[in-house]
Amino acid sequence: METILNILFSGVFHASTLFLVAAGLQVVFGVQKVFNLACGTFYGLGAYFGITVVKCLVEHNFPKALFIVPLIAAGLALGLVVGPIIERGLMKFVYDRDETFQLLLTFGLVMMLEDVIKFIWGTSPQSMGGIDMVYGQLNVLGATVPVYNLVVILCSLIIAGLISWLLMNTRFGRIIRATADKREMGEALGINMKVVYLKVFTLGTVLGTLGGALVVPAGAAVSEMGMDLIVLAFAVVVIGGLGSMKGAFVGALIVGVLKSLAISTYPEMEMLTIYIIVIAVLVIKPQGLFGGSRV
Amino acid sequence: MKNRQEIARLKSLKLPLVIVIGLVLLCVPLFAGQFFSYLMLTFFAYAITVIGFNLLFGYAGLLSFGHALFMAVGAYTAAFLTSTFALPYMELILVAAVIVSAILAALIGALCVRYIKIYFAMLTLAFGMLFYTFLLKFYYLTGGDEGMRVLRPYLLGIDFSGTPKMQFLAGTYYIYAFVILAILTFVMWKIVSSPFGLCLKAIRDNPEKAEYLGVSVKKYRWYAFVISAAYAAVGGALLAPAVGQVDPGLTYWTQSGTLVFMSLLGGFDYFFGPLIGGIVYILLQNSVMSLTSYWRFIFGAILVFVVIVAPGGIAGVIGSLVKRRERRD
Repeated sequence: METILNILFSGVFHASTLFLVAAGLQVVFGVQKVFNLACGTFYGLGAYFGITVVKCLVEHNFPKALFIVPLIAAGLALGLVVGPIIERGLMKFVYDRDETFQLLLTFGLVMMLEDVIKFIWGTSPQSMGGIDMVYGQLNVLGATVPVYNLVVILCSLIIAGLISWLLMNTRFGRIIRATADKREMGEALGINMKVVYLKVFTLGTVLGTLGGALVVPAGAAVSEMGMDLIVLAFAVVVIGGLGSMKGAFVGALIVGVLKSLAISTYPEMEMLTIYIIVIAVLVIKPQGLFGGSRV
Repeated sequence: MKNRQEIARLKSLKLPLVIVIGLVLLCVPLFAGQFFSYLMLTFFAYAITVIGFNLLFGYAGLLSFGHALFMAVGAYTAAFLTSTFALPYMELILVAAVIVSAILAALIGALCVRYIKIYFAMLTLAFGMLFYTFLLKFYYLTGGDEGMRVLRPYLLGIDFSGTPKMQFLAGTYYIYAFVILAILTFVMWKIVSSPFGLCLKAIRDNPEKAEYLGVSVKKYRWYAFVISAAYAAVGGALLAPAVGQVDPGLTYWTQSGTLVFMSLLGGFDYFFGPLIGGIVYILLQNSVMSLTSYWRFIFGAILVFVVIVAPGGIAGVIGSLVKRRERRD
């Protein structure tokens, strides 16, 4: 029982940050039709930046227990700055190009940002030194769970709720869904695509940086984390269905729980099972579990 | 009429140029240092890989983001045959690499060619990463992240273990690799100018019409997939003894990205484009790496620049310059 609970908790914890990055990937793909490989790198950037901000504040006697507030703020702020720069500076040039070029542009971006991370923070792993333990641990039916992990899961759920509220109940959400469905029609109805693309790309970036910032107190930031995460996020969106938010949510849960299940049973099979499922989904149902529904 | 003359003139210019460049490449060890020859040797291995890759990418219009898988298959074949099975015959290694990767590609390709564009890219990426995790996790078989050693192979049955390493690589092995590159380039030239190559182009430009004209689209894509995989395996098998070591990093998704990068940099619309891209990539990487450890940033910036400003690559830029000059004349 304890092992099952432990696997479930760590799986859902994995899933919660995976969901954020995958959601960023989905919203950008759904609207702009660009598969953004740099989403994982945004996650890495968010993690390092979060460490720097929190460490700096704690050194200046900021109460440790409140560290999550500046952490979230750091993730948000970084995404809000980086997203528009990249969208206006680079992405806007390739929207009417073949998707091969769009994919390669984001690949170039990955190469550049990975080195930016190495340049600023170096190559050795960085951590917050177990700051997440200020919240203590919780005993659930014999399984020990760090409270911080539960906080991250809660944050992720709140963000998921916010996104679905944004998509379903606001004017901007309707515009996003309309654009994802038929861009030309949206344009014909007078929607300013420039602004929509800017906002959507920024949203995708913020989700990535926020995910990185949230996950890092429970572990450490290493320079390859973005590269490794993007292939996981890729698995999530393929399983869930490209462009679907519901798909990102369910896909993240599947990948997250499978990952922690494999780690505690057959570690050799960890990634292998995930890729086999990805290939199976692509072969049997290439549109993914929720591929029919848009965004 | 004038157009035809122009084409004939260009063609008559091209062949001597290719032969001269080939001869210069062959003579590199005579006038350049051993290290430069070694760089050229790695270029030969990558050149074979990208020339095969471009059959898929440039001619069939399918972007594979997992093509490094087949390079790794070739490299690991070399490692297994030289270290585990003590069969260090290079010809045997090459044949085995081609067979193994062709079988693997026939299976993977049968699944992948059902899709195009982003789905094809994703499926190939997934297969590449599947192989990566296989190599990484089954360490009792593959050595895990430490990889495997590749011993020096016999060339044409002759044992060269007496020769110093660099002398071997910049001498006999260099010529051996060059000859293979020359043969395979010639074969690929024949393939792309055959009816098969033209069919692939037709499929890329208009699959519906090609199907309507009686070209079996999926079958032809599948052939292209298998051929390009066999080329990548030869490239990998030639690279492995030069490096002396293989590791799972060979099939990580960024490595596949490097192959795409080379093709794009040189210009995938041109037969020799990927070769230009490969040589520029390797020489540039060498000189940038000696200047700064942040060479990836510079390469990322180059890739972004090429994508935005010059999507035709180096060959595309040269091609349009030549055309402009001709128009002026």
